[in-house]
Amino acid sequence: MTPLLVAQIGLTLFVFVMLLNSAAVMVYVERKVAAMLQQRVGPYLVGPKGLLQPLADIIKLMFKEELRPRAADPLLFALAPIISATAAFAAFAVVPFGASTTFFGLLREPMRLQVADVNVAILVIFAISSMSVYGIVLAGWSSNSKYSLIGGLRSSAQMISYELSYALALASVLVIANSLSLSDIVNRQSGTWLGFLPRWFLFVQPLGFFIYMIAGIAETNRAPFDFPEAEQELVAGYHTEYSSMSFAMFFLAEYINMVTVSAVATDLFLGGWHGPFLPESLGWIWFLIKVAAILFFYVWMRWTLPRYRYDQLMRFGWKILLPLAVVNLLVTAAGVLYFGVQ
Amino acid sequence: MLFYLFGAVAIVASLLVIAQRNPVYSVLLLIASFGALSGLYVLLDAPFVAVIQIIVYAGAIMVLFLFVVMLLNAPHEDTEQDLLRIAGGRRSVAAGRVRVLGGVLAAALVVELVWALTKNGGESGVFAGGAVSSVRTIGRSLFTDYAFPFEVTSVLILVAMVGAVVLARREPGTRPGRSRPSS
Repeated sequence: MTPLLVAQIGLTLFVFVMLLNSAAVMVYVERKVAAMLQQRVGPYLVGPKGLLQPLADIIKLMFKEELRPRAADPLLFALAPIISATAAFAAFAVVPFGASTTFFGLLREPMRLQVADVNVAILVIFAISSMSVYGIVLAGWSSNSKYSLIGGLRSSAQMISYELSYALALASVLVIANSLSLSDIVNRQSGTWLGFLPRWFLFVQPLGFFIYMIAGIAETNRAPFDFPEAEQELVAGYHTEYSSMSFAMFFLAEYINMVTVSAVATDLFLGGWHGPFLPESLGWIWFLIKVAAILFFYVWMRWTLPRYRYDQLMRFGWKILLPLAVVNLLVTAAGVLYFGVQ
Repeated sequence: MLFYLFGAVAIVASLLVIAQRNPVYSVLLLIASFGALSGLYVLLDAPFVAVIQIIVYAGAIMVLFLFVVMLLNAPHEDTEQDLLRIAGGRRSVAAGRVRVLGGVLAAALVVELVWALTKNGGESGVFAGGAVSSVRTIGRSLFTDYAFPFEVTSVLILVAMVGAVVLARREPGTRPGRSRPSS
């Protein structure tokens, strides 16, 4: 085993554990921020300031009984949460989160802080997120319950509609960056304009960022677009019939998808690990700060805005967001053609 | 090694697609088969084609398939009995016809497969110098050398779409209903 291989395996395990942790942290943050916005205290009993609340939640979920409706399709019912969770973890594999490092000289050659450096990284994320639809659809169908089925179909219709705008927003960044590799895209955003404005693609592509964020919320089925789980109409949507750890897997997948969408937004629009004051080797701190900011924005949105109506969501997606994304892409392409690649 | 793994998965999954009675399972197995195919593309040093295979076929098109299957809520494919009932009860004739037709099609497929394999001497086709790996190369050749086939293909898809709409459209004045007895 070469040191590089050991480091690579270690990094992979590290990312896996950190993703698990991020879901736990997000559960805590979500409850605390919700409490802040509603002038409550939030969880405060388990551990100092309620910090161990996620742990208590996990233990509770583990000891719940695993139930399966009698009319459910046993194989697909078991498979659906696995597909969801696997797709959520797999998508993060191609996301770079720091500059190349030698780990304080332990390695002879610098290694990228990224599980897999694929040269079509963005498309891989896109492909995996299109696979995660199946987890939800199958959960809805195999439960053999009307609420689950409607929840699953709504969710997939929503994901398919917003995937187009999402992809077009990504495409306009690709046109500017002239590359499909996420690390290349991040490296193109280093440095500043006029000495103070960072060269983030956010400032070149404000509309693209706006479209990406909205489509990202819809993709992850978060409020105000959380129709799959609209509790007033659908009980709990596609995971109505799930309990215990299989329910936890859907929950996990949802939070990890949020983290991935935020991490990709950071890489594409917010300059990834580039930032002032810190040396390049500590860039991952900037990355974490940016991701945390976007995640906070997500939680903030959820507890501020009421849920849309389903037809409003569809009309917004197809009649406003998609044309905007197309125009944005065309203008970007024309600009790149006229001014040349940066 | 990986080639045989992906190849085996693709073939077994494809065979199971037609062996399944439950259409939802058929769709899922077809997705598995597409996944294995995209693995083969990766081995051929064409990651772009592999990812596009997943996004377009396994992701977009098969979701629509799954939608249709679920919304029609067809739990099981028509069994031989149902086919017989449609054929008007002429049991032996209809059953024979179904079997013979299926057999002929299967035999034709096998012959064609064997012919295709022997013609190439059983070697897997390797592209010249990994030229397909670059997105730029694919885009350029698609919009220059292959512009005409590319456009013709899109017209073909358009024709299929128009055809589907025409076939699915009800004649004005007729009431919606089942065209044949439910299974």
